[in-house]
Amino acid sequence: MSALLRKPIFVAAFALSATLLLVAVFAPWFAPHNPMEGNLLERLMPPAWEDGGTWRHVFGTDILGRDILSRLIYGARVSLAVCALAILLAGSVGSSLGIVAGYFGGVVDTIIMRIVDLAISLPMILLALLFGVLFGPSFNNIVVIISLVLWSQFARMARGETLKIKANDYIDLARSAGASPLRIMLHHVLPNVAGSLIVLATLQVGTVIIMEASLSFLGVGVPPPLPAWGSMIAEGRSYVVSAWWLCIFPGLAVLLTVLSANILGDAFTDELNPTLHEGRR
Amino acid sequence: MMLRYIVRRSVEMLIALLLMSAIVFALGRVTGDPVALLLNEYATAQDRAELTQQLGLDKPLLTQYAIFLKNAVQGDLGVSVAGDRRSAMELVKERLPASLQLAFAAFIISVLIGIPLGVLAAVKRGTWIDTGARLGALLGQSVPVFWLGIVLMYFFSVTLGWLPTSGYGEWRHFVLPALSMGLFTVAAVTRLVRVSMIDALASEYIKLARIKGLSETLVVWKHALRNSLLPVLTYMGAFFATMITGAVVIETVFAWPGIGRLAYESILNRDFPVMQAVVLTMTLLFMLANLCVDIAYARLDPRIRR
Repeated sequence: MSALLRKPIFVAAFALSATLLLVAVFAPWFAPHNPMEGNLLERLMPPAWEDGGTWRHVFGTDILGRDILSRLIYGARVSLAVCALAILLAGSVGSSLGIVAGYFGGVVDTIIMRIVDLAISLPMILLALLFGVLFGPSFNNIVVIISLVLWSQFARMARGETLKIKANDYIDLARSAGASPLRIMLHHVLPNVAGSLIVLATLQVGTVIIMEASLSFLGVGVPPPLPAWGSMIAEGRSYVVSAWWLCIFPGLAVLLTVLSANILGDAFTDELNPTLHEGRR
Repeated sequence: MMLRYIVRRSVEMLIALLLMSAIVFALGRVTGDPVALLLNEYATAQDRAELTQQLGLDKPLLTQYAIFLKNAVQGDLGVSVAGDRRSAMELVKERLPASLQLAFAAFIISVLIGIPLGVLAAVKRGTWIDTGARLGALLGQSVPVFWLGIVLMYFFSVTLGWLPTSGYGEWRHFVLPALSMGLFTVAAVTRLVRVSMIDALASEYIKLARIKGLSETLVVWKHALRNSLLPVLTYMGAFFATMITGAVVIETVFAWPGIGRLAYESILNRDFPVMQAVVLTMTLLFMLANLCVDIAYARLDPRIRR
């Protein structure tokens, strides 16, 4: 970690992620206006530095006169909440299945891994769209849909790591001491595979945020009037010629968030797996 | 050996395809009444009963699935509930070529830019070229493609007026959609090639090739590169998945007449039969493409054919 802190790009990404998290959690304190209430008299106002802009609406206002900055801040909340819940759900289900498959082996392993292979071979994004059409956009649906896409990767990694751990003597010792399989998996396997799973989770953050934005852009993500970056881009699309700020700012928000998440994910992967280390070799 | 491998993979593909069709079928039955979708508000109870019988909806669920499968194999996936009620499969067939062309263009861009850039970054390791390539790749993997499409359109079409904002026909229409779609995959290919080239350049056989006095160009672009392309082949599975998502969002942004935009239109219209036809077609193509990649991979690396 101390080596990482000497890399400026890592520090910048870390600071950006921390700020985003802070802003998202304490959104009501940071947002200057109500993100869902607009003033029609102030619709389509440009950012403060353009002609006709005011500092009351730093990034301008949208078609309904809602403050863009406030919507971006609340949008961060929506994106990060979807991201955290989806990764938590997919991670816990996928990892549990993977650890069980790896620990017991045999038929259990074959059945679980066959399902994982199937899940990986299906283009899940299409299922996500289908779900969106049939069940309509909702916050809960999008979390479930995204977890459906992600869980199989956690299962694969958890199984592989469990197989490695299982070969250690302390697992045999615990078993001969009479520990139940559940106890061994929870107390001896899980803590040792947790590191890799957390790195995988970090690497997924960028993917999930882009997926959520894409689904919201297509109208099957987070439903209005909740502000989501993807749906803000979709709303601004038809105004790109006359009011570029509607579309540009939410896109930049996605870009910066995903970029910093990817930098952190790469750095953690390098830390955990020095053989892949690109910087030192 | 090879034949057995191909047969096994094909069987696996069929199972996955069957599963997808079962999910699609089940979703359609669970969430909607197909009869209500097809009839207008003036339909009588008798109309309903007739249509129910005609569609086989009075039969047990398993029989219904069998009928659905039989029809699907024959290319009949129902009619669109929107507009002029055309056959869903016909709509897909009409839109498919445009999507395939776009995906092919994005593929060419990824290979033509990604591979040389990755090789260059590996050879000039630690220089500004390497740093630039790595930063570019990082950015490319972090941009939401649909937003990139809008930004490129705003810049090149609206501000500069160099390229058309949308439409389909000549090469100028391809540039922006293919670039937006390809940038993410260019980034991925660059990263993969760079890492495997660094490994290859440090290996024994490259030392040998250099000792033998082969020219540096030959060593890098022939011997090292040939062995670095295998990881790119494994990436192709993810590439096709990216192309599917990309097709839906990019075709929507650029009004491209492909199946991705058809998928988006069917979302807007809640047009389940069309959505179903698009999903099954894309799944079939996705799996066929992956099968080809797997076979190519098994030919190149015999360890895969267990």
